[in-house]
Amino acid sequence: MIEFVLGNALIMILIKSFIAVGIVFSLPLPFTWIERKIAGHIQVRPGPMRVGFHGVLQPFADGLKLFLKEDIIPDGADKFLFRVAPYLTLIPYIAIFVAIPVAGNAYLSDMNVGVLYVLAIGGLSIYGIILGGWASNSKYALLGGLRAAAQMISYEVAMGFAVIGVIMMAQSLNMREIVEAQGGGILSWNIMPHKQLIGFYIFLVAGFAESNRIPFDIPEGEGELGGGFHTEYSGMRFSLFAMAEYAAMFSICAIGTVLYLGGWHAPHPALDVIPGFIWFIIKVVCFVYIFMWVRFSWPRYRYDQLMALGWKFLIPLGVANVLVTGLFIMLW
Amino acid sequence: MANEAVEIVGPDAGKIETREMTLNMGPQHPSTHGVLRIVLTLSGERVLNAECIIGYLHRGVEKIAESRNYHSFIPYTDRLDYMAGMSNNLSYVMAVEKLLDLEAPERAQYIRVICAELSRIAGHIVAIGASALDLGAMTVLLYGFRDREMVLDLFEMICGSRMTVNYMRIGGVSGDATEMFLKKCREFIDYLPKGLAEYEQLLTNNRIWLKRTKDVGKISAKDAIALGLGGPNLRAAGVNRDLRRDEPYLVYDKLDFRVPLRENGDVFDRYIIRIWEMRESIKIIRQCLDQMPEGPFIAQETKYSFPDRDKVKTDMESMIHHFKLVMHGITPPKGEVYFGLESPKGELGMYLVSDGGGKPYRLKIRSPSFVNLESLNTMCKDELIADVVAVIGSLDPVMGETDK
Repeated sequence: MIEFVLGNALIMILIKSFIAVGIVFSLPLPFTWIERKIAGHIQVRPGPMRVGFHGVLQPFADGLKLFLKEDIIPDGADKFLFRVAPYLTLIPYIAIFVAIPVAGNAYLSDMNVGVLYVLAIGGLSIYGIILGGWASNSKYALLGGLRAAAQMISYEVAMGFAVIGVIMMAQSLNMREIVEAQGGGILSWNIMPHKQLIGFYIFLVAGFAESNRIPFDIPEGEGELGGGFHTEYSGMRFSLFAMAEYAAMFSICAIGTVLYLGGWHAPHPALDVIPGFIWFIIKVVCFVYIFMWVRFSWPRYRYDQLMALGWKFLIPLGVANVLVTGLFIMLW
Repeated sequence: MANEAVEIVGPDAGKIETREMTLNMGPQHPSTHGVLRIVLTLSGERVLNAECIIGYLHRGVEKIAESRNYHSFIPYTDRLDYMAGMSNNLSYVMAVEKLLDLEAPERAQYIRVICAELSRIAGHIVAIGASALDLGAMTVLLYGFRDREMVLDLFEMICGSRMTVNYMRIGGVSGDATEMFLKKCREFIDYLPKGLAEYEQLLTNNRIWLKRTKDVGKISAKDAIALGLGGPNLRAAGVNRDLRRDEPYLVYDKLDFRVPLRENGDVFDRYIIRIWEMRESIKIIRQCLDQMPEGPFIAQETKYSFPDRDKVKTDMESMIHHFKLVMHGITPPKGEVYFGLESPKGELGMYLVSDGGGKPYRLKIRSPSFVNLESLNTMCKDELIADVVAVIGSLDPVMGETDK
């Protein structure tokens, strides 16, 4: 039986898909609670406390509420695109998790162009946001969608340049090999100053922009656009967008961990007794914490300032980083 | 910059038609501070025109005043600028006192100054917190609410309610400031600089905050005067006017304080002026606490102010006065009077006309939020949508006061 399952490619694909979907759908549950708790403690208040012990069941209550809400489709909206947009946003992020190696032998797919795949698929999620903004037949949503288009595409470029540095260091596009190239303690991780610290910096900033979170949550811009591209969404469709935002954050954190934080490697070879996937999870969680920390500390950029930052600062810096990396590789 | 629709240059010139977009912002919108509605004319994201539409919170307060006696209108003033109920109370009772030619005892005057400054602190905290929230910095608001809570607790201690205080009375205040209140008040002003430092840490040197606020929503001193801007917004534009210093009322002339001034008139200046003003308010409260004399807290003028509650039950005269005041109210002499004071938002003025009867013949409220909003269009022109939100936040309108 087991041999049949393992041997049958179709069944394996199905199982792997379920795992990927399961990760994306189950992660937001604990993490909404964690985020709200972190927000609460940063903001000198307790956060959710009522549903369950210290509010641990709050995400379930929220989920139930969203599930029972009426699904409103605004008058004059493009009904088909309006319905389909949240899925178009969420699905690419599910697909990203397929390529991320959690440990040396724990991955769903070992692609030889893993990094390219991740960047390409991640870029697809913009479609959902643009279409959602367009199909809503609302000016706020339209503005949000337009902003999203410009923002995510320009930061995709910056992120691409940042990642090129890593690819050059590892001489590979395979995510597993990139991690293996960083083996042997914290000093060989790409985040170290003698490796790709500048690349990591660009990646981090672009990651904030890619996942639409403060200080770059301009497509949503709840202060000015009242929700931006998802202004008109309610109920489950809205929660799919929210889930996509979480999934985006996780995928950025997971990719960042793979590319810069040494993936499943322990900070010191002596700590290898702890299994690799635990190190991976610890690193991702720390990464996610930075995202949340920033969200509750900083204001939001303005649209034109964000574009200026991307095109006039991050992209030139990324190009310079690639050149310097190339020079060092040649001289070494 | 752009005063008409975007001009297309290059090979597509003349082929693509562009149009201005009209965007309705509010009355249901997270950043319009209540029910303000703004109709924006946009070219892309650039604002060509911003038209304020108000009146969604109109309750006819001025008209109500004509059917209430002078005492029973005081609670209505709480609901004007509900972020600083004490100042509104004060403005109204001072106008009535001016009409009656009555002066509150000195202790009452000190208590009034303390309460007015506390409400200025509460109002400014909300102004800063809310404008930061509009720009995405959520934490400042909650830090602010932590500190504002202490002000509200103080109000609760002195008069029993937190926001709609109804504390000022014609001729004084409704109850004495207890030793406990004075002690807690001193503890609060000793603590507050720490809170202010925290807001400043989050905002004043934050690069994103500076980018979002510096040189945004600018107004020149000339325009500011022409549009009647008031309070911190006016002083941020470089006009040195503060009624507390220029036309001193209560005991402000005995107190030593500075009037903060900036000259750019942008959103950042309006923010930083509020921070500095809170520091000055702390100084004022501290002086009041040090100088406060003993004595009655309400004028012993039985015709106008309520007699002591205990005496009403034992003393014939007091009971008659109490009965007369409750049933007929006070009857000020014929005449009209204007009194304006420096509320947290600007000059809050009450224009009162008396025909000699027990109710005001007419009351006109010069509310600073209403006047301040008029400069919104000047400030927003040629800025982006995101800046409109910053400008509204920095103007700090309270719709209760705008719509009256």
